[in-house]
This record gives sequence, C-alpha cells and structure tokens, in this order.
Amino acid sequence: MSQIRELGYKDLPLGGKILDAGNSENYETGGWRTYVPVHDAEKCTNCLLCWIFCPDGAIFVKDGKWAGFDLKHCKGCGICAEQCPPKVKAITMVKEEK
Amino acid sequence: MAEITEIRWHGRGGQGAVTAAKILAQAAMEKGFHIQAFPEYGAERRGAPVKSFTRISKDPITIHSPIHNPSAVAVLDATLLDAVDVTEGLPEDGILVVNTVDNPADVRKKLNLKGRKVFTVDATQISIDCLGKPIPNTPMIGAVMRAAGTLPLEEVISGFKHKFSAKFQKEVIEGNIKAIKRAYEEVKTE
Amino acid sequence: MAKTLGLTGNEAVAYAIMQINPDVMAAYPITPQTALVQKFADFLADGDVDTEMILVESEHSAMSATVGASAAGARAMTATAANGLALMWEIVYIAASNRLPIVMPVINRALSAPINILCDHSDTMGCRDTGWIQIYSENAQEAYENTIQAVRIAEHPDVLLPAMVTQDGFIISHGMEDVTILEKEQVQKFVGEYKPHYPLLDPEHPVSYGPIDFHDFYFEHKKPQVDAMENAKQVILDVGREFSKLSGREYGFFDAYRMEDAEIVAIMMSSTAGTTRPVVDELRRQGIKAGLLKLRVFRPFPAEEIVAALQGKKAVAILDRAISFGAQGGALFSEVCSALYNAGQRIPVINFLYGLGGRPAEIENIQEVYQKLQRIVQTGKVDNLINYLNLRE
Repeated sequence: MSQIRELGYKDLPLGGKILDAGNSENYETGGWRTYVPVHDAEKCTNCLLCWIFCPDGAIFVKDGKWAGFDLKHCKGCGICAEQCPPKVKAITMVKEEK
Repeated sequence: MAEITEIRWHGRGGQGAVTAAKILAQAAMEKGFHIQAFPEYGAERRGAPVKSFTRISKDPITIHSPIHNPSAVAVLDATLLDAVDVTEGLPEDGILVVNTVDNPADVRKKLNLKGRKVFTVDATQISIDCLGKPIPNTPMIGAVMRAAGTLPLEEVISGFKHKFSAKFQKEVIEGNIKAIKRAYEEVKTE
Repeated sequence: MAKTLGLTGNEAVAYAIMQINPDVMAAYPITPQTALVQKFADFLADGDVDTEMILVESEHSAMSATVGASAAGARAMTATAANGLALMWEIVYIAASNRLPIVMPVINRALSAPINILCDHSDTMGCRDTGWIQIYSENAQEAYENTIQAVRIAEHPDVLLPAMVTQDGFIISHGMEDVTILEKEQVQKFVGEYKPHYPLLDPEHPVSYGPIDFHDFYFEHKKPQVDAMENAKQVILDVGREFSKLSGREYGFFDAYRMEDAEIVAIMMSSTAGTTRPVVDELRRQGIKAGLLKLRVFRPFPAEEIVAALQGKKAVAILDRAISFGAQGGALFSEVCSALYNAGQRIPVINFLYGLGGRPAEIENIQEVYQKLQRIVQTGKVDNLINYLNLRE
C-alpha cells in the first residue's frame, strides 16, 4: 500500500483501475482502534457467531474453532463481543494502551 | 458557382413530398450526378404544409443552405395554392408543376402569374387509379421530369425501383411505375 | 469495391456501425438521432450484425449500459443528441475517466429551452471538457468515415479515450446525399479485432473499476487523461493517413481550403464549411484572397497546427454555432485566440455567433463575414469583437 502511494501519475494504472485483486488485505486498519477484543478460551463454545458477524473478517478460525483475532485489521468495533451469546460472554472489549 | 438544378416540392404532411425529393435524387445519382434531397426542417405533422428540396449537380455539392431560387417547383396539393406562395423565388424561366384537375391557364390566372412555365397533371386521380390510394408523389415525379427534362423517364423508373424494391411488394412497385409513366404522358402544358 | 448510395447522414452512420459490427449498442431515441438507431435496428433484424442491442429507458441508462459493456471488454457504442446528451452527462464524464474507448455519434441539436429540435452545437460544445475526443463532420460522407476512424483512434493503446463523432442535425442527419460506402470486409479489416484494456470479464486477471479516489490519487488519475488527449493527435493523423488509402479522402485536424496565399480566413466546423466553399471560390474569382479553415477535430484542440495555418494572414473570423454564456465569445473563438496569443501572433480576429436553433447559415451571411474581414484589413480596426450573424434586431 505504501508503495503505490508513492507512484507518480505516469506509473498508476489508467482510469484508477485496481489490478491486484484482494489488495484490501494490505490496508491495515488496526490502528483505528480504541478498544481491543479479549478472548476467554475457557468460556468460548466455538459457536463462531463472532466470525460470522465480524465486518472486517478479522477473526481467524482453524479446524472449526476460534483461533485468534487479526489485530492488523480489527477496528475494535465490538460487534464480536455484542454477538457472543449472553450466557457465554467469552469476548470483552478492553481499552487498548498505545 | 457550379451548375446546380434545384427543385422545391410543396405538399401536405403525408403526401410524400420528402419521398418524391429522394426518389428523384436517387435516379439522378444513378445517372452519375451528385445529389441532395432534404425536407424543410421542422416538426412534421400530417396535413400541414411541408416543403422538401432536391439538388442535382455534375460537380460535388458542398452547399448546405436552404434553396431560395429553385429552377422548378412541384405542388402536390392544389389547395396549397391558396395557402402558400408556391412561386416564391421561382425565376422568370422557372417551371411550376401543379397537381390539379385544372389546366395550366387556370392556374396562371388563379395565381395572377407572369412569366414561368406552368404545367398541370391530375396526379391524385392517377394515384387512385394505379395505387388505389391518393398519394400523388410518384406520379408528380413523372410530371416534373417531363416538364423539366432533367432525366429520361427510364432513369426515374429505375431509381424508384432501386430505392424501394427491398421495402415494397412487387404490385406496389409496379403500380407506382405505372403512375409515373401515366403522369409523364398526361402532363398538360400551356 | 466501394459503392455509392443515396443516404441521409443518419443512415450513413448506421451503415458505418453495421460495418464495424460492435459487440454492444445501447441507445435511446431522440430527434434527430432516432433514424440512425432505427436504421441500425433494421440491420440487426436483417442479421447483418451480431451486436447485442440494449433498448434502455433513458440516455442516462444508455451511457451507463455502454460504460458497463465497455468495461466488461466489449466494443460498445451508443448514439444521442442534445437533451439526450445532457441527460447522459454524469456518465459521459465517467466513460472518459474510466478510459473506455466508446464511440458515440452525436447528432448536433440545440438544447432547450425553448424546445428546439434543429441544429446548433450547444450540446457537444457543452461537454467539450468531459475528456472525450470530438470529431465534427461536414457532410454524410465524412460522418460515415469519421465514425469508422473514431474506433481506431479511441481504442489505440496510447489513447484509450471515448470519441464522439458529430454531424449537423437535420441539415446532414435528414438530408440525403450521395455517399460512397466501403465493403464491410474493408471496414472490418480496418477497425480490426478489439483488444480490451483490462476487461472486467477476465476471471484470470480480476480488476476493479471505479474505486473511490481522494486528494491522494484523483489528480494523478486526471493528468494521464490530459496526456492521452495529447497522444491522440498523432494517432488521429496516422489513422487518417491509413484511412485515406481506402477512401482517397484526406483526413487531418482540419481542412485548409484555398489557404496557401489567403489573406482573409474564416474558421468554422461542420456543414456550414460546405456552404462557405462556393463563397470562397466566388471571392477568389473577384481577386479577393479568401480562405477557409474547416476544423474537424475540436478535442484534442490542434492549437499549434492552427497557428501555423494562420501564419501571415491579415484577418481571421471564427464562427461559433454555440454560445458560451458570459464568456469572451464562443468556445472555438476563445481557443483560437488563446492559441494565437501564446504563439505571439497578433492577427486581427473577429467572432461570429450563428446558426442557433437551426437558423440557416445562408450564402449572404457567409459573404457578410468575408466583407467584414475585408473592412478590417482596409481599416486595420476591429469594431465589434463579437458579432451575431443573421440575428433580428
């Protein structure tokens, strides 16, 4: 991303086209956060509602189980914590120290 | 300026004044002339007085302004004689061809016309006889050709065939050709 | 073998599009363009083309569908006039900015209000800054040949800009003239197969069109459009030269008629230039050194070439068939003046606004233009910079 930002008008693709598919992954939005999600593995039932609702696809899943947050892209919106069932409450939002 | 034959057609919307201008141009083009055929630009409505124009020249025609001094004027509908100044801009030696049952002398008297050459033909009756419909444009082409002597009859007929053979059935084509021939023969002069 | 047919300007361009056989044609009818699309629909119904014809519900949709088809990788065309072009406006700009080589015939017609269906250039002049190439045609023959050339110009890899090819509404679009038509195979060979630039319908190479673009990139995406316009100049000349081998007619930025030793010159576009030719001939017979510069390409504007053509002339009249309200004369006038000024040329110039809403450009009006030029040469003075030709006072 930072590379393309330095390109002059002669080197940019014509008409503002984006030629490399899926490059939004290179755009790190994690720096926007105020609150960071914290996961409690003891409580988690691996229902994966958090994974379904995360608008940034910032929840890793491995073998059908919760496997971590992608903190490079998590904006700290808290939707995962909201969606975690009230009886489970495996995700809490904590103010991030920067 | 190059020699250009300019013809003005007067009709009422729906009588085929524009088509007549185009058929004549088509015939002249096939004879190797450069041509233009165009309507008086405006919103066309059935029955309203309309004008169309034909330009024929040996040299390429570049001029795109309206025709003001035609060498011949064709009037497809005699009622226009009361509504429009059909002789406007027609020079002293110009030709006036009118679709009417009257004689050229009657038209001359009606218009209080001096100079020019007047021709008449009952193109409406001819089209009713030949086509079953009062669409006087094709017989008028025959009459204008006879009066102006610009092109031989055969050229006009072949031009008509080429312009319309893809569009109309054989009977319609033949009816029109018959109408052109009859008007060519029946046109009355002073 | 080429053949000569009696065709209106609309029919001639429909022939060109039939022979180009585009992948997609999306259009909405508007006077005086209607007959063009109608004739093309005839060709489609007769099986002369395998074009996908999209009948849309407005010009905004016509241009949108054309943009979509072009981005997908199709050779896409549309056609319009006046208020139709105005309704397209938003997408006209988008087509150019997305660098889509769409070719669009525009039948020049006055913009409302009051409602007027006849010719002037206010429609295309209004979108002269949208990033489209603009080619103006004098007659049906040129409209036919410009349409074919526009495909090659627009699609050239150094250009990749849309092109509009205009003709004067009714005067050309509805007037039948003898037009020499090439064989379809000749046209097909000339335009060649379309190789789209990053088509959307290429799953092996996914690409995004039309992303958001702020202060960080927008400016950098505009400058290449400027450069492409500049590149188009050479391409227009090259394509014109190649095409003249087919047609025998010369195509450059403009047609310089009796210009070599001319002292007084009128500059104009489209059908009025044809009416001016016999006026120039007549003046020449009287020993008056008159010339005509008929501009064919308005965008990109051939400033240097016009300056060179006007070198040493004693007085120049520029005729605009559209008003640029509040400006210093018409758009063509402003462009020519600007070109002359920057080249340090102090030729007396005069502007004539004419032909609005179909007001005819008569022989006498053109004579008046040259008479004014003669007076300027005699007196060395330009009394009125901006003049209105054939306007009732």
